[in-house]
Amino acid sequence: MRIKNTTFYSIWIPITSVVLGLLVGAIIMALSGFDPLANYISLLTGALGSANAIGEVLRSATPLILTGLGFAVANSAGFFNIGLAGQALIGWLASVSFALAFPGLPSILMLPGAILAGAIAGALWSGIAGFLRAYFGASEVITTIMLNYVALYGTNAVVKSFLAAGDGDYSKTIPAAARLRTPFLEQLTQNSTFHWGLLVALAGAVVIWWLMKRTTMGFEIRAVGLNEDAAQYAGMSTKRTIIAAMLISGALAGLGGAMEGLGNFQNIIVNTALPPIGFDGMSVSLLAGGSPIGIVLSALLFGILKIGGLNISIASTTPPEIVDIVIAAVIFFVGANYIIRFAGQRLSSLKGKKEGATK
Amino acid sequence: MKIGRKLGVLAMMAAAAVVLVACGGNKTASDAGKTNDKYSAALVTDGGGVDDKSFNQSGWEGLEKWGKKHDLKKGVGGYNYAQSNSDADFTPNINKLIQAKYQTIFGVGYKLQGAIKSAAKANPKTRFVIIDDVIEAKNVASVTFKDNEAAFLAGVAAAQTTKTKKVGFIGGVHGAVIDRFEAGFRQGVAAVDKAIKVDVKYADDFSKPAVGQALASAMFNNDEDVIYQAAGGTGAGVFSAAKNQIKKKKVWVIGVDRDQTDEGKYAGGNLTLTSTLKGVGTVVESLADEAMDNKFPAGKTTVYGLKDKGVDLTKGQLSANAWKSVQDYKQQIVDGKITVANKPSEL
Repeated sequence: MRIKNTTFYSIWIPITSVVLGLLVGAIIMALSGFDPLANYISLLTGALGSANAIGEVLRSATPLILTGLGFAVANSAGFFNIGLAGQALIGWLASVSFALAFPGLPSILMLPGAILAGAIAGALWSGIAGFLRAYFGASEVITTIMLNYVALYGTNAVVKSFLAAGDGDYSKTIPAAARLRTPFLEQLTQNSTFHWGLLVALAGAVVIWWLMKRTTMGFEIRAVGLNEDAAQYAGMSTKRTIIAAMLISGALAGLGGAMEGLGNFQNIIVNTALPPIGFDGMSVSLLAGGSPIGIVLSALLFGILKIGGLNISIASTTPPEIVDIVIAAVIFFVGANYIIRFAGQRLSSLKGKKEGATK
Repeated sequence: MKIGRKLGVLAMMAAAAVVLVACGGNKTASDAGKTNDKYSAALVTDGGGVDDKSFNQSGWEGLEKWGKKHDLKKGVGGYNYAQSNSDADFTPNINKLIQAKYQTIFGVGYKLQGAIKSAAKANPKTRFVIIDDVIEAKNVASVTFKDNEAAFLAGVAAAQTTKTKKVGFIGGVHGAVIDRFEAGFRQGVAAVDKAIKVDVKYADDFSKPAVGQALASAMFNNDEDVIYQAAGGTGAGVFSAAKNQIKKKKVWVIGVDRDQTDEGKYAGGNLTLTSTLKGVGTVVESLADEAMDNKFPAGKTTVYGLKDKGVDLTKGQLSANAWKSVQDYKQQIVDGKITVANKPSEL
């Protein structure tokens, strides 16, 4: 009974919410005088119609898988890590700085080094919030939001003062040995920005699945998330677990940033806003209900919507603002899916109680 | 099992749709091929839309003008724009425009430098334009503006208008481009009267009107009565702050990039003192024309200043006296008697 319920929630509710979102989007387009069917078809072709498009979809899903996993790990320990964007940016900065600092390294040392630098930097950054939460009870929501701004403006200052040439606003391009994009992949996907980082992201999903389901640490993280006091009473070190969960979460977000730095952009620029992979990663994780396989699938869905969405206004006269509303409607229902799931669980637990009472 | 089957059907439908559309796409492409005189061009925004009342809008207006002049339609085979919601959208946007067979692609803003550079390398047959930066490639035309010269005139206008001897400058994001605006403005103010204080503030964002409003309100409360904003979409907040102040005292805003007279309208008049013009639209229009006539300045960098009317200052609400002074300095710059600094550190 219970298993059936879980499958029902984890498969049908996300699908329903995406379909609902597409329907609302279609109504909005029809009301504004644009052809929903033609636009959805150009969304599909824009996302899956060519090797280039598929490459872009996979590239855009890559960091989202990592930030989504990062959010999920912190969330199972009961934290709302809103600082994914800042941690990703710090990871981006660290990986690009590593690559620029050691230009002579061979690829075999360079790539793992740069990727690791990103993960460590992201972990240290979120570790600040984890430490404050574990030892002083500071709300991680507030600390991570504020650390986002420190990350944004701090990174900009570092780029401008140390990495950019002269008055420039961007660093040098990283050496070829550090690039995740290769000529082979460019040829394969008609010059898309697709890069090997997808393998890193998929490996991350497997590792996190294994960590959360098969190891003591994963069990402790989930136990602390379910009931901190009970976990402590059972003899677990809640402080250590809290910090560990935040470190893993930040490391994953930092990896997401490293994918942007080493794969997509291959440099770092003065950003005017936090990278969107942070907040999109949250949505990805919520849509998937925290399951690693679900995160991979919902990151792909986000990639399809984002990359395909660009094609709508290029192929038709529909203004990009309408497209943004449609995409936002889908994401809104993704968020509503979380509410539906929550309400559904409440309802079924109420029902359970009533049944118990009548017995 | 049931789910699997339904997903399978869904996947087949999706595949069918892709195939159908692919066929449709080929058909339109061959149709376009029949009419050889068609030329198509598109621009990619640097973040935000073509209604930013400033840089992107100016570029898009130029492209629209070009398209209408040649009886082209908005869309594939004519003229269009692709909006970038984040920096990660630059490359996919450019590639989608290339696939849609746009022949000339404009990158509006220095942030597109990297994306245009690699796209130009991979697509040698497509022509590219980068505005506000320089790319050395055979199929790229680079365009930069001497924003500092127009900003100098804005400084002169501000200095000739202020009653409190205090003026303000609100920049978008620190960088080579906005540095030119700041340097020119400060030099222009100092050229008229060294005693006038220039308060320089940055919003660190090109699309946050709320920050612009907060900065401008603080400046007005500090008795600064003329503010020059070079902050893209953030500048809208400077105008709202001025409209709140105008009920209490006389304040002015100097617009940027395009004539912002419309943004300064209020019940009792207009508070846009003047605007520095940046001929992005004109340049986009003329480059599209040149590309159409096969005279595209590929591989060249063109710098537009006061001399070739690439930048300018509007008369706006300037007093006769101030306008005369502006004209005077303009002539000196055109004649090369005054060299305007490129960055604040050169002042």
